[in-house]
Amino acid sequence: MFHWLERNPFFFAVGVFLVIAYAGVVTILPDFMETARPVVGTKPYTVLQLAGRQVYIKDDCNACHSQLVRPFKSETDRYGMYSLSGEYAYDRPFLWGSKRTGPDLMRVGNYRTSDWHEYHMSDPISVVPGSIMPAYKHMFKNIADIDTAYAEALTVKKVFNTPYDQPDMPKLGTHEEAKKAVMEEAALIVADMKSQEVKEAFKRGEIKEIVALIAYLNSLK
Amino acid sequence: MQARDALNYDYSVAKCFTYAAILFGIVGMLIGVVIAYQMAFPELNYLAGEYGTFSRLRPLHTSGVIFGFLLSGIFAAWYYIGQRVLKVSIAESPFLMFISKLHFWLYMILMVCAVISLFMGISTSKEYAELEWPLDILVVVVWVLWGLNIFGLIGIRREKTLYISMWYFIATFLGVAMLYLFNNMEVPTYFVAGTGKWYHSVSMYAGSNDAMVQWWYGHNAVAFIFTVPIIAMIYYFLPKESGQPVFSYKLSLLSFWGLMFVYLWAGGHHLLYSTVPDWVQTMGSIFSIILILPSWGSAINILLTMKGQWGQLKENPLIKLMIFASTFYMFSTLEGPILAIKSVNALAHFTDWVPGHVHDGTLGWVGFMIMAALYHMAPRMFNREIFSKKLIEAQFWIQTTGIVLYFSSMWIAGITQGMMWRATDQFGNLAYSFIDTVTVLIPYYAIRATGGLLYLVGFFIFTYNMYKTMTVSKAIEAEPQNASPMAA
Repeated sequence: MFHWLERNPFFFAVGVFLVIAYAGVVTILPDFMETARPVVGTKPYTVLQLAGRQVYIKDDCNACHSQLVRPFKSETDRYGMYSLSGEYAYDRPFLWGSKRTGPDLMRVGNYRTSDWHEYHMSDPISVVPGSIMPAYKHMFKNIADIDTAYAEALTVKKVFNTPYDQPDMPKLGTHEEAKKAVMEEAALIVADMKSQEVKEAFKRGEIKEIVALIAYLNSLK
Repeated sequence: MQARDALNYDYSVAKCFTYAAILFGIVGMLIGVVIAYQMAFPELNYLAGEYGTFSRLRPLHTSGVIFGFLLSGIFAAWYYIGQRVLKVSIAESPFLMFISKLHFWLYMILMVCAVISLFMGISTSKEYAELEWPLDILVVVVWVLWGLNIFGLIGIRREKTLYISMWYFIATFLGVAMLYLFNNMEVPTYFVAGTGKWYHSVSMYAGSNDAMVQWWYGHNAVAFIFTVPIIAMIYYFLPKESGQPVFSYKLSLLSFWGLMFVYLWAGGHHLLYSTVPDWVQTMGSIFSIILILPSWGSAINILLTMKGQWGQLKENPLIKLMIFASTFYMFSTLEGPILAIKSVNALAHFTDWVPGHVHDGTLGWVGFMIMAALYHMAPRMFNREIFSKKLIEAQFWIQTTGIVLYFSSMWIAGITQGMMWRATDQFGNLAYSFIDTVTVLIPYYAIRATGGLLYLVGFFIFTYNMYKTMTVSKAIEAEPQNASPMAA
């Protein structure tokens, strides 16, 4: 049979494809519905948090930080409750990471504050002596992209039925309403921060990337 | 043309991809060395502001090496091997010639766009699939063009039976196509919401599902880019260079179909102890171990091709590169399954052992094999003998030293890190804070970076040797049979 296949490239290719596709069908498809269900209390990200999540991705924070607490005592002692599948139901894309050059951030919102993050991003060794993390000073200069974050929220609402605007869930509303909600949410974070540059920019109506990133990091609980 | 006439194979596209492989090899590995030093000396992060941080450079390094250096090497080899094992010249078909050139130039445009967009931080965050949707589409176009080439050339072939290398090239094409398409399913947000950045997208899959799809892709990108096409290359180049037939047809058959069937199951081993279903994790673990069989099947088949001819290892540095590559293949395909054992994974996952493992595969197996292939092709494409045998020897030893420094330091770093994370004191409290586990690794990071630097130095030697081969080396009249001619 193999000799025959080697003379018939079309059937050879079909054969190869079936053999390689088989495993994917068996391992991936059956659990798609099961693992997609959110656990109680899991909520979609607000627009400001989504903007922060995009900053997190833009600067590839996930290259060095995981967001997955494994069910080991050493990890639950260090980071908190181990991860459950449903907690990630609104994470598009997932950000588990594959390497911990820095600690896990799955529940960083439980034990770090806005001003801690602010210091950490502008000068990591000021809060963690010996840290090898780069400083992310440009986050204090760049303006957060609220429009793209709103577009993402609206997209997941429309396409994937993410439950925005439902009882006990974050409100999305129209573009204008969302912008207003973003300003209100950002005001609370800016109030906790020390940077005059960020505060003054906020008075002018600008939200810096760092504000959005902190909103996202604070939401990780 | 009569089938028996010597064919004039057309190497114009193979040459283009050879240049590209060298160019992206330098760029990708240089960035690799920079980011390795950045981990040992964080001050190096601030040399270019926002654009010089570790986090921006890291995807550039991985994509640059995998999709720049590695894929160019594979394409170069394809445009060389494909014609020869099918006994047909690309130039015989104007259509295929056009497709080949288009393939090359679109690929170059894609790479330039990829570099720019990754520098700007435009990323989907998925490892080895960071590009946003417009570039994803371009990737698909480039890939389809390559597929047209493969099947077009097969369509007009004179040699009816497909040689082993062809099996592997076909599998590479199909495997990557399937994996890439499914993993990069995204919804462009601009077209739904009408606001925001036009190139932004959101993944079709969420959370644990996204993770499963990503690592099904991520692991099997290793299979169908790092493994399968490189096997295609060694099955062609080693018998050619040594003048020895492949050891066993049956073994190659067994290992090919075995590899095809088993590899795709193994992605789950990236998700051990995560929130994906237990049985997926267990399957990933078990199949990773089974994977030793087909992997070692190919490697042993390749090594035994030299049976009775081991003397060539001393005389011909290209044989040495290829045999070393196979040995590193065996080494990393043993290490991988060990890492996939649950208890080992609990210690090693998230640590530096993992990049260590990746690099003994890529530097040793992939890098050596591609350089050996380009060396073998050069005298035949440029009609000149290889400029210097001594330089190949020097390069070999410098790079081997680099690889050994790399993986040994990363083993120690990874195990140290894993042990420190889980260490507890007499009262059961964690013994170390996280930062303790970082600062202790600095010396190993410095050793790793130096290992990488040695490898890069070796690559510069390779580049110089290739350049001299193309330009000033002694011309040869007839195409060499077997061992590539080289000056002392």
